Amino acid sequence: MRRWLKYVVFLSFVGIWSGVQARAQFSNPAPGPLSATTVPQAQLMQASELAKLLKAGGPDRPVVFQVGSFVMFQQAHIPNAGFAGPGSQANGMVLLKKLAAPLKKNQLIVIYCGCCPWGRCPNIGPAYKQLRDLGFTNVKALYLANNFGDDWVSKGYPTERGE
Amino acid sequence: MRINRLLVLLTCALLSIACGGIAEPTIDGAPKVAPQFVRPDLNGHQINLKRYRGKVVLLNFWATWCASCQMELPRFDAWQKQYGKDGLQVLTVSMDDGDAPVRKTVRKLRLGIPVVMGDAKLGQAYGGVLGLPVTFLIGRDGVVVAKIKGETDLGALEVRLRRLLTQ
Repeated sequence: MRRWLKYVVFLSFVGIWSGVQARAQFSNPAPGPLSATTVPQAQLMQASELAKLLKAGGPDRPVVFQVGSFVMFQQAHIPNAGFAGPGSQANGMVLLKKLAAPLKKNQLIVIYCGCCPWGRCPNIGPAYKQLRDLGFTNVKALYLANNFGDDWVSKGYPTERGE
Repeated sequence: MRINRLLVLLTCALLSIACGGIAEPTIDGAPKVAPQFVRPDLNGHQINLKRYRGKVVLLNFWATWCASCQMELPRFDAWQKQYGKDGLQVLTVSMDDGDAPVRKTVRKLRLGIPVVMGDAKLGQAYGGVLGLPVTFLIGRDGVVVAKIKGETDLGALEVRLRRLLTQ
């Protein structure tokens, strides 16, 4: 009986250990220092809210920048959004700075990416910080939980293709 | 006595499964023929999807800035080595804007699987690749069996792949 119990305990340990190892190996890496999760909650904008603002137009219409990959931008982007380059790369930061330069510091700017699930997006955090560091006081990040396809396109919000 | 043993065994099995964390992946798999493409891989070899008819193709869209993709690629590479003889062909498409970081990542991860550069046209042909990773399983007849969006449960995917390979 004892032998049997030892065997069972050993097998349980093996099962638990391999499960934990598999999780450690293939689970999500920790978010980087400037992941999207560093954007304050109050500065997030929901898709429905942005869609409403875009539809309304007028003076409250925000300036929208996509801060992800160009290949993604070409496939589909928010109408009239500017391509500002990936926030995680130096060339993206240069382009974002250039595009934002003519804007008033209190202009409502909405940045979005949607390349990856929110917690793993490498572009939103650095782009948000860059705009704040440049003195922009009204910057919002579009919260896309999974990606642009699932959280914007599939929900029927407007898009356009190309450059 | 037997019941006690059975209970202990059941508890162990449940504990192991719970710690393994098997989650159902998001699978959106309307069957359709995989859109054809011919593109050079990073080594200059022409990759023609049509040439892989008769094989099970795992087609993965990824990018260097996608953390989840980096975790999947080594496993896909290992599967190619393991199941290649059974008729598996792994093909990967990078959705990066340029090939320099892709080459670096391929070297870093020591990938032997073909990598072609994607673009908006290829993404749109596959229904829009607007979030990464995305993996397609294509049957031996060229029909898309599954589209797996987001992080893949690699264990479940391997089971599915093995099932396809035996069909």
